[in-house]
Amino acid sequence: MNPLRALVLVLIAGFVVLWLRAPSRPKTAFAYLRWVALACAAALIVAPFLWLVAAAFKDREVLNEYIFFPPLPWTDKTMNLENFRRLFAGDPSVQGKVYFWQYVLNSLFVTTTITVLQMVFCSAAGFALAKYDFRGKKPLMTFMLGSMMIPSVLLLAPLYEMIVELGLVDTYSSLFLPYLAVPYGIFLFRQSMLSIPNEMLDAGRIDGASEFYIYLRLVMPLVRPMCAAFCLVTFLGNWNAFFGPSIFLHTQDKLTLPVILNLYLGLYRADYGIFLAGTLIAILPPAILFFALEKEFIGGLTSGAVKG
Amino acid sequence: MKQRGLAPYLFLAPYLVVLLVFTLYPLANAAVLAFQQTNGPATRAFVGFDNFRFIFSDPTFYQALKNTTIFAACSVLVQLPLSMGLALLLNEGKGRARALLRLVLFSPNLVGQIFVGVLFSVLFTARYGLVNRFLQALFGWGLEKQWLQDPALVMPAIIIAALWLYVGFNMIYFLAALQSVDKTLEEAARVDGATRLQVFWNVTLPSMRHVVVFVVVTSLIGSYQLFELPLALLSSSNGRGPDNAGLTVITYLYDVGFVTGDLGLGSAVGWVSAIIIFTLSLLQIRFSGLAEE
Repeated sequence: MNPLRALVLVLIAGFVVLWLRAPSRPKTAFAYLRWVALACAAALIVAPFLWLVAAAFKDREVLNEYIFFPPLPWTDKTMNLENFRRLFAGDPSVQGKVYFWQYVLNSLFVTTTITVLQMVFCSAAGFALAKYDFRGKKPLMTFMLGSMMIPSVLLLAPLYEMIVELGLVDTYSSLFLPYLAVPYGIFLFRQSMLSIPNEMLDAGRIDGASEFYIYLRLVMPLVRPMCAAFCLVTFLGNWNAFFGPSIFLHTQDKLTLPVILNLYLGLYRADYGIFLAGTLIAILPPAILFFALEKEFIGGLTSGAVKG
Repeated sequence: MKQRGLAPYLFLAPYLVVLLVFTLYPLANAAVLAFQQTNGPATRAFVGFDNFRFIFSDPTFYQALKNTTIFAACSVLVQLPLSMGLALLLNEGKGRARALLRLVLFSPNLVGQIFVGVLFSVLFTARYGLVNRFLQALFGWGLEKQWLQDPALVMPAIIIAALWLYVGFNMIYFLAALQSVDKTLEEAARVDGATRLQVFWNVTLPSMRHVVVFVVVTSLIGSYQLFELPLALLSSSNGRGPDNAGLTVITYLYDVGFVTGDLGLGSAVGWVSAIIIFTLSLLQIRFSGLAEE
């Protein structure tokens, strides 16, 4: 009898006992069942994470010996930092040795830059669409919403050709320029700015504030929760971006984490402790951001869908 | 609201430039490219409808379309009911345990498709992989299942990995929708003697239909763009899997357009998948009632 099957039997027995004790009121039995189901789901979700952490720290010799962690006490022979040491030892490449922290820095740089750029340009465009009346506004709005339906895959081939023609291959600009402002972000900022009263902006104007000052100092502070949510969603999306970086970047020392980890997968097939250590490092920054800003994130995710 | 000279145009200028240069121009170019054969970005030749003729007579493309459709169907028929079930279970709970469970169930979504692919490519290995070990402990199945080498098991493997990744994501939407459902309506139905299932089917579900439609259509659209997960999961065969068992439409596009280097053919595949996605988006507008507003 293995422990997992024993656990299942105990859980079933618990349900039967609860059911028999109060057959007329099955409520407690069902409440119990509900928590068991939820706990099982949570365990299934957590197991791969736990396994990832264990595998990243396990010694190569015992990698396949224990399912999760080796039994306590851990020694240098079972749990150590060997995988990380070898991960950070550097890859040979045409440009000389490239160290793993280089990819981490690349990813951080690319993702942060694109998040900041998108926040600035999307909020500016959203502000114009929310708080001004100007010629061509209606068609532009319609057009923008329509362009959200163009699937990104359709534009990849011509975009690649354009990046080549512009001489931007293998530069980070090729990742930034096409996505400076995205319709989805503009729309979100416009929606959250609509509720700001016009009288407030007019009061600023009477005091002699420029339009830019109004945008930066009056409006932006008011939509700060929206900014946080937008930045998180954008950061996550771009941190995990693969298609663009994998076709636009070529030189090894410019690659981002998703691209290099996909390469490692082929390189270290049998020795998976190494790329799992890399994966563990790669999922840390978004995890830290998420747990710090969880509420804003979930609010931002659902704000577009649920209100409608 | 008044017109204020150039100000709005200046605020919009960066977006307008991006729209013209990186959306509209490539879109027009995609239309031209689809009728050309290219060898890398340098050489182009007009070939009429040959690209489309090639796609629709290529058994590999049909295999990709079939795999992608199976994946899309499973997303809607397996993943979404599970998400809804979890949302219903969580909706009745209260307090800290509920917040913690919500966080835990959502957490895989922080991990991108590539990283999930990398992780699960090891979880699915024979003998020491976690999936096989779990199934052995629970049902006594053998440890020798070659999930990623057996053509019959490749799609189930992709679906399981995607299930782990997205079940909590969709649950968040359902949970938010469940909380905006009018409680008095459900209460009234229950007083009238409706069972829990009847209340859910006749009261709860209809009053959150906007979100349900939104989630169904977004998962369909996402499914037809599936690419990174199988690419990493099946990296030894460039995302194709044994006998192309894991090939998706976008992997096919990546293959012909960027690996082989015929951007024209790639564009044509792009149009075919765009039409599928566009149709699904129209369905969303039609059924979500956005058009009436």
